[in-house]
Amino acid sequence: MSTDVLMPALSPTMEEGALAKWHVKVGDTVRSGDVIAEIETDKATMEVEAVDEGVVEALLVPEGTESVKVNAPIARLSGGGTATAAASPARSGGAPGETMAVRVPAAPPVAPATAGRRAAVTTPASGRLLASPLARRVASQMGVDLAGIRGSGPHGRIILRDVEGFKPAVAVVMSARAAPPSESPREVRSLEQMGIPQGTYDLKPLDGMRKTVARRMTESFRNVPHFPLTIDLEIDALLAARSSINALLTAEGGKVSVNDLIIKAAAIALQRVPEANASYTPEGLAFHHHADIAVAVAVDGGLITPIVRAAETKGVAQIASEMKGLAERARTRKLKPEEYLGGTFTISNLGMFGIRSFASIINEPQGAILSVGAGERRAVVRGESLAAATVMTVTLTCDHRVVDGAIGARWLAAFRTLIENPITMIV
Amino acid sequence: MADAFDLVVIGAGPGGYVAAIRASQLGLKTAIVEREALGGICLNWGCIPTKALLKSAEVYEQLGHLADFGLSVQGRSYDFSGIVHRSRKVAKQLSAGVAFLMKKNRVEVVDGVASLEAATPAPCVNVALKAGGARTLTARWVILATGARARVIPAIGLAPDGDRVWTYREAMVPDAAPTSLLVVGSGAIGMEFASFYRSLGTDVTVIEALPRILPVEDEEISATAQKAFEKRGLKFRVDAKVAGLSRTRSGIAIAVESGGKSESLEAERAIVAVGIEGNVEGLGLEALGVRIDRGHVAVDSHGATNVPGLYAIGDIAGPPWLAHKASHEAVACVEHIAGVGGGHLSAPIPGCTYTTPQIASIGLTEAQAKAAGLSLKIGRFPFRANGKAIAAGETEGLVKTVFNADTGALVGAHMIGAEVTEMIQGFALAMTLEATEAEIMATVFPHPTLSEAMHEAVLDAYGRALHL
Repeated sequence: MSTDVLMPALSPTMEEGALAKWHVKVGDTVRSGDVIAEIETDKATMEVEAVDEGVVEALLVPEGTESVKVNAPIARLSGGGTATAAASPARSGGAPGETMAVRVPAAPPVAPATAGRRAAVTTPASGRLLASPLARRVASQMGVDLAGIRGSGPHGRIILRDVEGFKPAVAVVMSARAAPPSESPREVRSLEQMGIPQGTYDLKPLDGMRKTVARRMTESFRNVPHFPLTIDLEIDALLAARSSINALLTAEGGKVSVNDLIIKAAAIALQRVPEANASYTPEGLAFHHHADIAVAVAVDGGLITPIVRAAETKGVAQIASEMKGLAERARTRKLKPEEYLGGTFTISNLGMFGIRSFASIINEPQGAILSVGAGERRAVVRGESLAAATVMTVTLTCDHRVVDGAIGARWLAAFRTLIENPITMIV
Repeated sequence: MADAFDLVVIGAGPGGYVAAIRASQLGLKTAIVEREALGGICLNWGCIPTKALLKSAEVYEQLGHLADFGLSVQGRSYDFSGIVHRSRKVAKQLSAGVAFLMKKNRVEVVDGVASLEAATPAPCVNVALKAGGARTLTARWVILATGARARVIPAIGLAPDGDRVWTYREAMVPDAAPTSLLVVGSGAIGMEFASFYRSLGTDVTVIEALPRILPVEDEEISATAQKAFEKRGLKFRVDAKVAGLSRTRSGIAIAVESGGKSESLEAERAIVAVGIEGNVEGLGLEALGVRIDRGHVAVDSHGATNVPGLYAIGDIAGPPWLAHKASHEAVACVEHIAGVGGGHLSAPIPGCTYTTPQIASIGLTEAQAKAAGLSLKIGRFPFRANGKAIAAGETEGLVKTVFNADTGALVGAHMIGAEVTEMIQGFALAMTLEATEAEIMATVFPHPTLSEAMHEAVLDAYGRALHL
């Protein structure tokens, strides 16, 4: 007696997928739980496990086949037991003979692997999953897996508000493989529940900017594996260069700030170490052609990062005048979307507030962000003796998925050369 | 006497006494302050005694239709004082029941009038005792459950005069049924008294300022109700503004303006049923700085006021002014205070009107659901197509269901007819459990019952009614 293994639906909307890889060959004996194949959709890659035992009699779909319809037979096993109903296919495909169910493991819980299927709400690990009928239906319509949702109803039952309030992690739309382990959304507790009585504070409603800052920073800090690299730079030469430049520019009424020089230096360093001017995407690492430098500007009620496009191609005077306009429009909230969306690298400077050193949160999808501290007179060791110099501490926070430690270090070295020898910026 | 408590509840109506019982169950040392009678308005002057009156009226009215059932009776009559007496006896019995529950749950009952004084962690409660003297109760938490009273508008004469102009309170215990009656306001209270007195033969006219009676109900139900009431001889003036009420030699006259026309309606008595006002006065709330919004104490979703340690539930915390809403909030509030509130649901609150025919509803009306931007599936099933209704001679009735067409969520249900107040909980349960049309359709409704009309109204929303 043979059983057919059918193409599983990884999501309720999935109609077809690619058979990426076979993990078994004809003649292999498989047991329940063995990974037999990998299936890919535009959204996810999932391993397919066998539910029943048997010997692989035939692989009906070759490895690498695109557009395999859901519920189409993909392999035949012989000597198997009876078909299991545990994860019977969602659609009755009318496949001949007995069908053998496959089970998609619940391992990467955020993957929309089993969402929507009636059988899917039974997770093998934890037994029955409590959810209201309406919650099940809406989750299935949204393509959300109930297994990733924490229920707020009695006994942890998932109810409609849990599904509606559920924001799938960014990773859901990326590869399931690369998805970080999901966390159930935190239960939101009122301040009063946390011991701060009403009436002892004023509540200011969240405006759009605050919501955006909160969401983007939370997602970035949680999802991006980040690490900081810190170095001290001597900037006396940079300050001298700035004075000379400004002396020349006075006639034209322009003025260049230390920050403008840092923008220019960072842009050139990104050209010299292009691996740092990069973004992680599930499809691959994106290396940007230009250094579009986003600069964090504090505004009333939040912050925003207007962008100096292709800064490596611009002179410092031009950068200075662009920055002046951008910062002005940022403060009056008149920036156009194209002026603040889509930078490749960010600079955040808290030097003017006397901050010595800090590590910013990555501005996704950028691969790194530079935190600039105050330039201050410090003791430095030259040879065997102490000397005074103006020193500025900078920290590069890197997305480890794309910018490894060595790349970050090379970028900082290039940046140091430019800052400490500003004349090299024009080489 | 030990006057330090975990919780002091002010007001022993269906909000307050339920809060006290739940608190005691959770191990809180609890006291309850009541200025009048345990059970509050609901038990003593509202829900319960009116149901007793309405039962008498319903039986009396049915005696007039006995021939339909092949029966006859000689000399149908009523003893009005007997009807009132039974109503008072029922109220008294239940009030005594609350006293028993307080004792059983070791809740200390303090008879007197409470006022609050600033203190930490919660305001302290000064009670002017009914027996004379005063007590000061301190507590970690205080729950206000002082309820509400009939709204009156003295400027145009809409205020009780102890004789010819009544609120619900006077209307419940008169010496005799008036021969004619004007009811101002067609909400549940106004309509129940209108229905009661009409059953006893009173000539009743109901005046409603809005364009339809029972304005909180679904428009279709309002229209069906008005027709059914008119068949029983009730008269209506809708879209009608009361300009003033005056006394005549033998009764009262109400000047009504409607559609640019003025008329004067006269009757022996009038009932003012134009809404409810929270009992927020005399409690010292102003001095505490308690935030009050349109006559009600402003609270968060747990019943917390802006003053630390002070909570409010039930009518004083705002509409809907329903006993079961107060009890529901009581349990939620106490469980929150005690820190066991996990999994509390914001369940939809059904509303019931005990007229003949009865009206019951839950969730959104069709118009509200449309206004909320939902795409809808509407189902209807009339009682005249229901076997049990025909057998019982109760063919006047309708069940209407409102579904969200996208998700299959039941967002509202509206019923008029016999026993619908007993049946609405079926839809309440379905909504609270978040059933979709599929689960309600799959539920087996017993035959023959009126409840089959509920099943059919769900099926009808999806074009699958079996008996239409």
